[in-house]
Amino acid sequence: MRRVVITAHGTINALGADVPSTLEAMREGRCGIGPLDLRDVDRLSVKIGGQVRNYDPEALFNRQQITLYDRFTQFTLIAAREAMAQAGLSFSGELATRSGVVLGTAGGGVNTWDENYRSVYEEGKNRVHPFVVPKLMNNAAASHVSMEYNLKGPAFTVATACASSNHAMGLAFQMIRSGACDVMLTGGSEAMLSFGGVKAWEGLRVMSKDACRPFSANRNGMVQGEGAAVFVFEDYDHARRRGAEILAEVSGFAMASDAADIVMPSKQGAARTISGALKDAGMARDEVGYINAHGTGTAANDKVECAAVADVFGTHADKLMISSTKSMHGHLIGGTGAVEMLACIMALKDGVIAPTIGYEEPDPECALDVVPNEAREAQVTAVLSNAFAFGGLNAVLALRKAP
Amino acid sequence: MTEAVKDRIIAIIAEQAVLEPADVKMDATLEDLGIDSLGLVESIFAIEEAFDIQVPFNANEPDQSDFDISSVAAIVAAVEALVAEQHPA
Repeated sequence: MRRVVITAHGTINALGADVPSTLEAMREGRCGIGPLDLRDVDRLSVKIGGQVRNYDPEALFNRQQITLYDRFTQFTLIAAREAMAQAGLSFSGELATRSGVVLGTAGGGVNTWDENYRSVYEEGKNRVHPFVVPKLMNNAAASHVSMEYNLKGPAFTVATACASSNHAMGLAFQMIRSGACDVMLTGGSEAMLSFGGVKAWEGLRVMSKDACRPFSANRNGMVQGEGAAVFVFEDYDHARRRGAEILAEVSGFAMASDAADIVMPSKQGAARTISGALKDAGMARDEVGYINAHGTGTAANDKVECAAVADVFGTHADKLMISSTKSMHGHLIGGTGAVEMLACIMALKDGVIAPTIGYEEPDPECALDVVPNEAREAQVTAVLSNAFAFGGLNAVLALRKAP
Repeated sequence: MTEAVKDRIIAIIAEQAVLEPADVKMDATLEDLGIDSLGLVESIFAIEEAFDIQVPFNANEPDQSDFDISSVAAIVAAVEALVAEQHPA
């Protein structure tokens, strides 16, 4: 089977408008979560989020593009633009047909739904803009990326709630490894910070009103974020032949369903998926130096995730580091695994482990090294990225240092 | 305790538990009645709608909430207090 490497990355999220500023924020343990700036925020009981600030779409896209691009598509294209500039690839001929794009999003064009429902229901209008459908559809971002870069192979969107990006990147990895494709743009995006998007989450009563404190005994829920990250996954030989810089190797992937509960996580399901990713990567347990946790900051996720890690790794669980960067950028729902992949690459490439910030009190049910509050320098050769979604859908990626 | 508040809460809980209202005893816990965390969140929503009140409840820290859910009687008392506070006569 072919080997798969990552040769470029791009992002925009609450921590920064590109990869260097995001990684700098992660190294400094900076918090991107703050008061939400959106219409009707006074009618929300949850008023914080990891919002992309000082955002000016008019400076980045023309009027015609903005008419077609929902915020989640804009974020995707900004991230793809940064990644493609770094990759130095152009797609034509056979390479174009052997390359594609697979992205994750849970909600797709949530702001477009929100604005247009408001217009017809609240304002009583009987007419909406002709492009509402192509703007809100979940595959809009993937389609626009394929058009922008002439990617003529597989192009689609995966929606598995909070695991969407990990599922997307896992599929991109499998398609290159199997020989079906040579290059894939992959990752994910979410822009759910609208009145309706936050109101829906409020209803479930799992949101924190003050901060996201994963693994801390006084954690009181998750905080939503928004943004995107896009990566170039490439056949190792293809990357080597063209002399591309390799950021990391994607070594394995596993996905599994709990088949149990629509919201409560399962230790067995999580553990089975982590073990599956290790097996797929041919990775020994003691190789793993860092895990980017799903770490939502809810009571249920964090203790179940820690128990699953302890089960899989045994005594090695006490030696590895596990952190949740959601404490800084918030939970990007369908885009979260993509932004968290940046922390995995930073660990492997730069030897810097992103911290879990907001950590205040140890929780005996989360008794692992969660890299509290401050980033740490450490040489690691293998890492995992966990995602355990609502619906019991689990997706774990295994990565190694660039070959 | 006003009968009206008590009866309406019992009706909400009975519906959630798929029981007859007569089978919902005041000293029962939600666990006794087979109501799980999702059922609890749904019941609180129904209570908020029925009484037009805001119930302070975070599923991450049910024990630290000001809203006592330890028994049906506790819930009735808590709702009465919230109604008095949020809709003073």
